[in-house]
Amino acid sequence: MNKELREVYVETVRDIALNDDNVFVLEADLATSMGTDTLKHELGNRYINVGIAEGQAICVAAGIAAAGGVAFVHSFASFLTRRAFDQIFISLAYAKQHAILIGSDAGITTETNGGTHMCFEDMALMRSIPNAYVYDISDTISLEEVLRYSYTKKGLHYIRTARKKVDKLYDNKNVDIEKGYSILKRGKDITLMVSGILAGEALKAADLLAEYSIDVQVVNIHKVKPIPCDIVQASIKKGVIFTLENHNVIGGLGSAIAEYTSAHSPVYVYRMGVQNQFGQVGKLDYLKNVYGLDFVSIADTIRKNFKKEVQI
Amino acid sequence: MNNKEFAKRVRVDIVEVFQKMGYGHYGGCLSIVECLSVLYNGESFINMKNLKDPNRDYVILSKGHAGPALYASMHIKGILDDSLFFSLNENGTSLPSHPDKNKTPGIDMTTGSLGQGVAVATGIAYKNQVENRGNYVYAIVGDGELNEGQCWEAFQFAASKNLRNFVVFIDDNKKQIDGLTKDICDLRDLSEKLKTFGFETIRVDGKEVDAIEKALHDCKHSSYVGPKAIILETIKGQGVQSIEEIHNNHHMRPDSALDAKITANLNRLKWELENAIYE
Repeated sequence: MNKELREVYVETVRDIALNDDNVFVLEADLATSMGTDTLKHELGNRYINVGIAEGQAICVAAGIAAAGGVAFVHSFASFLTRRAFDQIFISLAYAKQHAILIGSDAGITTETNGGTHMCFEDMALMRSIPNAYVYDISDTISLEEVLRYSYTKKGLHYIRTARKKVDKLYDNKNVDIEKGYSILKRGKDITLMVSGILAGEALKAADLLAEYSIDVQVVNIHKVKPIPCDIVQASIKKGVIFTLENHNVIGGLGSAIAEYTSAHSPVYVYRMGVQNQFGQVGKLDYLKNVYGLDFVSIADTIRKNFKKEVQI
Repeated sequence: MNNKEFAKRVRVDIVEVFQKMGYGHYGGCLSIVECLSVLYNGESFINMKNLKDPNRDYVILSKGHAGPALYASMHIKGILDDSLFFSLNENGTSLPSHPDKNKTPGIDMTTGSLGQGVAVATGIAYKNQVENRGNYVYAIVGDGELNEGQCWEAFQFAASKNLRNFVVFIDDNKKQIDGLTKDICDLRDLSEKLKTFGFETIRVDGKEVDAIEKALHDCKHSSYVGPKAIILETIKGQGVQSIEEIHNNHHMRPDSALDAKITANLNRLKWELENAIYE
């Protein structure tokens, strides 16, 4: 049964919190949207709704950490990372406090809440924070594994995720968060690196490209910071690296990979994603088309550019 | 030692370390001396054998630029030794201008970005209250700092969660960097504001340690199940006349003429200490 991501969030956080009195769960008036309001009765005082005050939510999480606890803090990615960025940067990261931040409605999954709520720059912001961990969730299995991983590892963790249903990607819990990536499909011609909810589109694009005899290797990156350098290094020999993300091509997965390759090898990195644009209202399929994130557009882009070489 | 002597020693410390450096946040450090002295000379429960005792009282200097005043108080208390205290702001130091809990022992929270310390303090107070520890969390905020909306998010949270272990001190020295607080962003009736925000509020003479101590005792014995605010009527540059007289005394790099006046004031303070004149 394919659960909604928010269901998995609630179940996982409930399990962690019921087994550790030092764990707190925080919301900024989006508890109903994430389904965590059910935790109020089970966790009592360890469940805190601060109201529409994201800066306060972050600072309370920092206070909980300063007093020996750890908090899971949820809000929409836009409000959590853009609005409360200095609080995250100073009171959590700079002060070396353990906290787990969950930015939901990632990128186009905001759908009809539109451009004010749609966040394409959260990974860019969070990646710039020293020692932060940044994850982009692709399905229910990776969400649960990332939540458990970040609970056990002291530091600042930022998890971007959709809230509702996404296509199932993994069958069992063979998702290694420490390693940071999974090879979804092996291929010998070129590499397509994808993070988050577009993993399914990447696989469909690979199927389409097979008809053109282009054998694509699809790699799903769970952990965008620190980027798993080994798979990037290994992919260089195949030639062009294509990246795909539900995020701005400035500052996210593509940039992280390009940062690595530019320092190691003159391979062409072709970044697919939102081309430095604002968001807008629309259903998911419409938005995928508008921003060129549907599998047909992806396959087309790859077919036209996979022979590109860096000119020296 | 009594609070007045403690405060005088803290004041001497601040001036000495700033003279050594040649610059400092004179105004806001000197105005908070009496408050910090009351806390560090006995009112705040500190476990000298275990500074991270989970049942300790917490002191969060939200107005982080007054770090040197906090350090001076900790120095006189015996938490920081001479060599650490006088390493303030040196290259590679573990005593930076703004308090850092990861660099210096005895610091409860890293502060410096105004408005955040007091908000973090409410989080600390919340956790300690739900754990029924019976301790207190003291936050020190500047009046200029109250421009930051984060402070008011913190106050709303503290009141709505009935944090009876949370006491905020407001250093009402009437100035901020660019001028008088009433000209930049008028706080109007601060007592009324805080009361409406759900704080039991007292305004006291921030130059008088006895008044501050009494206010704190009143807070601790209050039956009000909620947060408390103590507004301190202070003077920016308090206790050092040559600094008090300067209009823009937030951060100064005294020239030789001013430095000579400061030295004269400092020598007077030292003389008073030697002769047990604590008033």
